[in-house]
Amino acid sequence: MIMKNNELETKNELHDERLLNSTVGRRSFLQYAGASAAAIALVAAGCKKDRGYENPTMDGATLDFKTDVGVLNYAYALEQLEAAFYIKVASAPPASFTAAQKAYFQDVQFHEIAHREFFKKALSTAAIGSLEVDFSSIDFTSASGVLAAAQAFEDLGVAAYNGAGVRITTTDYLVLAGKIVSVEARHAAWVRDQISNGTFADLNSLAALGANNSAGLDAALTPDKVLAAAGKYIKTKINVINL
Amino acid sequence: MNILNILDEIEKVDGEIYERLSPRRSAMKDFFNVGKKISMAALPLALGSMFQKAYGQTNPSSVNDVLNFALALEYLEYNYYNHALTNSTITFPTAASNAAITTIRNHERAHVDLLKGALQITGADGYVDADFDFTAGGAFGDVFSNYQTFLKVALAFEDTGVRAYKGQAPILKGMPVLTTALQIHSVEARHASHIRQMVAASLGVSLKPWISYAANGNDTGISAVDAVYAGEQNTVQAGVEINGLGGASQTQAAESFDEFLTGAAVKTIANLFIKTGKKLA
Repeated sequence: MIMKNNELETKNELHDERLLNSTVGRRSFLQYAGASAAAIALVAAGCKKDRGYENPTMDGATLDFKTDVGVLNYAYALEQLEAAFYIKVASAPPASFTAAQKAYFQDVQFHEIAHREFFKKALSTAAIGSLEVDFSSIDFTSASGVLAAAQAFEDLGVAAYNGAGVRITTTDYLVLAGKIVSVEARHAAWVRDQISNGTFADLNSLAALGANNSAGLDAALTPDKVLAAAGKYIKTKINVINL
Repeated sequence: MNILNILDEIEKVDGEIYERLSPRRSAMKDFFNVGKKISMAALPLALGSMFQKAYGQTNPSSVNDVLNFALALEYLEYNYYNHALTNSTITFPTAASNAAITTIRNHERAHVDLLKGALQITGADGYVDADFDFTAGGAFGDVFSNYQTFLKVALAFEDTGVRAYKGQAPILKGMPVLTTALQIHSVEARHASHIRQMVAASLGVSLKPWISYAANGNDTGISAVDAVYAGEQNTVQAGVEINGLGGASQTQAAESFDEFLTGAAVKTIANLFIKTGKKLA
């Protein structure tokens, strides 16, 4: 990669091609077209044609958003995180959990494992490795601690799928993402109701994740923001390229 | 900074950029004239508004079809909840149940307004309460006097809504409006999750917040809404059998993925509640 990068420095035409693909790929352009703020990115492309192309670090897991494989790996990464969390909860639920809560956390655990294993199979050899998680900030003996973390994971998951859907070019994958995100939203609503009944779709509380209550719109975040939010739970270094 | 460079770059990935812009040549001209005067800092915003004009207002007819279809479903939902809250003899058992239905009604109204805006509809609503028969020809005769019947129909509407948006997503693939549709879709799923909990509490049944396994897909025990759940028993996703995957049972496998409904299937369901003359074609 380093040698190729050096070549790019001297071959402007090729360099431009790389920059073009990385900065104004058709999908990301279409995504940005409706948002005036994002036009800044396009202007930046016009201004910084001679900017060096950053060489991706190959340590850890690399999510290359240039293709659907990157988007699917992104989903795989998030499902790994969720599954790991619920496996830990289901194996030793907080003592004050009701029988119904224990049973549903068991269900959710298997849903997230199913999602994780589905992506692993679908990606086959293109799948990133297993992520190392860090749940040291979560008190797994406390019902309120577990529920708060579960809500954070589910709401973030909804925001992630909603924000990444527009990047998907393969119809089947788009439909699959849709099949999963509504289940995540069902989880999110249930967990929220466990914390405070009636908050299942409190869109005001989701504004930081991109929700808009007056328009009745749920959370949606771009992958960089989702990964920044999830970062404290993931030890493995995640490299993002072509976003 | 060279605006034409930017457009050239876009043309490489979107060959139709000039075509998209050409019907609005005067807007382009205005834009360039303004561009000479405005500061660098203001340009990104001006650029964004130009692209919004180029892309935002020239939806392919299929996209408008999707938005109109979604709008009809939102009219159905909004009028249903609004009728229950303002013009019914339903006794809500708790303040919380009334508040939940109010929250959902307000979201459906917001969706109506959002979709009307996207379609540039400025006039009155295309569907009003009188256009609907929420008893579905008598199948749910006491829908506005019996809380449990009301919840059953709400359950059907929300789970149908989730499946309907999912089914339309491919038509919106890669477009900014897809994100908006997905943001509505997951709100409907949150509603469905809560309504399912309300049904479970009120009817004393073990209905889960997520759609569980049943041989015919319908986990609700309400046979009148079988069509709403057709296919939800599926456990194979993109050729991968989920049943047994990572230890998932058949039930958990079916629960872990929601299924979509085709537009035709959704219309058949919705038309049960829409009066003759206003039915979806």
